[in-house]
Amino acid sequence: MEEGIPRPLEVEEHSNFTIALALQAAGMGLPYLPTRTALGSDFSCGPHFSSIACPFTGEKLLAVRAVAPDVAILHVQRADSEGNAHLWGNLGVTREAAYAAKRVILTCEELVDHEMILGDPNRTLVPGFLVSHVVHARFGSHPSPTQGYARRDDEFYFDYHRQSRSLEGFQEWLRKWVFEAGDHEGYLELLGKERREKLKPGDELFSPAVNFSV
Amino acid sequence: MDYTLKELMVVAAAREIRDGEIVFVGMRLPLLGFAVAKELHAPRAVGLFENGVVRDWPALAPIFTMSDPPNICRSLSCGGLIDVMSLLQSGRVDLGFIGGGEIDRFGNLNTHWVEENGRRVRLPGSGGAADIASLAGRCIVIMNHERRRFPPKVRFITSPGYGEGRGWREGKNLKGGGPARAITSLGIFSFDSESREMILSSFHPGVSIEEIQRETGWPLKVSDEVRETRSPSVEELAAVRKYDPKGVWTNN
Repeated sequence: MEEGIPRPLEVEEHSNFTIALALQAAGMGLPYLPTRTALGSDFSCGPHFSSIACPFTGEKLLAVRAVAPDVAILHVQRADSEGNAHLWGNLGVTREAAYAAKRVILTCEELVDHEMILGDPNRTLVPGFLVSHVVHARFGSHPSPTQGYARRDDEFYFDYHRQSRSLEGFQEWLRKWVFEAGDHEGYLELLGKERREKLKPGDELFSPAVNFSV
Repeated sequence: MDYTLKELMVVAAAREIRDGEIVFVGMRLPLLGFAVAKELHAPRAVGLFENGVVRDWPALAPIFTMSDPPNICRSLSCGGLIDVMSLLQSGRVDLGFIGGGEIDRFGNLNTHWVEENGRRVRLPGSGGAADIASLAGRCIVIMNHERRRFPPKVRFITSPGYGEGRGWREGKNLKGGGPARAITSLGIFSFDSESREMILSSFHPGVSIEEIQRETGWPLKVSDEVRETRSPSVEELAAVRKYDPKGVWTNN
């Protein structure tokens, strides 16, 4: 990235909190959100930040400009064909990204019936009307984990870190895992059945049922 | 010595956590430190992770990231990043742990870029570190102590310490208390309540003050009460090894 290969990228510096606020602002239909973080950080001098005074108290705050991504790609545990998505575990900025993006591509471990979604509405964190495409992709977060469906593939990360230290190594990695794999099925085949089995959680641990009765 | 340097650093981190405190944990050594504190002197401490996870007991299985399934399973609460950052911003978080590529005499941290052999090398950037440094009640810094990592002034402030010294944080309207301690591979530092400069309060067993000065890029301030860092107790070591039995994080 530093050397602009294959071409230079424009980078906007954020902290975890400020990028989350930038997405949240876009999702709320606002031009910015105020915060108290990063007031003394050098990256907050960037054009996507502005020092502001609170209109009520005059206190110094930092305004974070909204970010509305052209597309967000989100992996969830289960979704119906309309893109109504059930997800659980750590949420990070998943909801904020879904609400901020102009288009959402949803990949899911399981494609389920609409009835299953209606059975647990608190778990529907992305409503289907925000979603433009749904893709059924088992191990879709690989090498990262998906709670209840896939463990983290630590070895895959180690290999990637090793290989991506040189340009040649990175290109070799791309050739194998992206270009020659072709599609997700090809990628899973390359990963191999044995490795996929090892990534599956050892047992099942269901949450207690909740009563939605009228 | 019957313990490793990293075990000593984990135990030093654990000693910073008081019972009942809300702690922004982070990974590796601080995560182990949280486990040790919970096991021994701070059973009611609560750990926050920036991915949205809140835990009131440490995961037993070894994890590489805070989003690994053992850190999610049987956690107290799983929300989003904004949920835990809101706790931080509203002043409910007592302390947070951060690390860095470079640290200076006022505890400012740089994790954006450094120069090596005249070439600019990109580092990971802030992640959640700037937020913790800005907003946590107090901040504990964990660092490898090498001269190139300890310049008098960092090239880029990612995570603010005390800036240029006394009054700087107040001028920026930073609500968090700033760095309270720096635990390095050579010793432990506190920060002067007046000048806000880093002060050596203890040196690790086998390390001399001269060596620490050699690895520090400014004239070192040494506390009048400087002493050797207290070695881990039998109980502390047992707790570290319970959570890192294979020494993944604590082998030198």
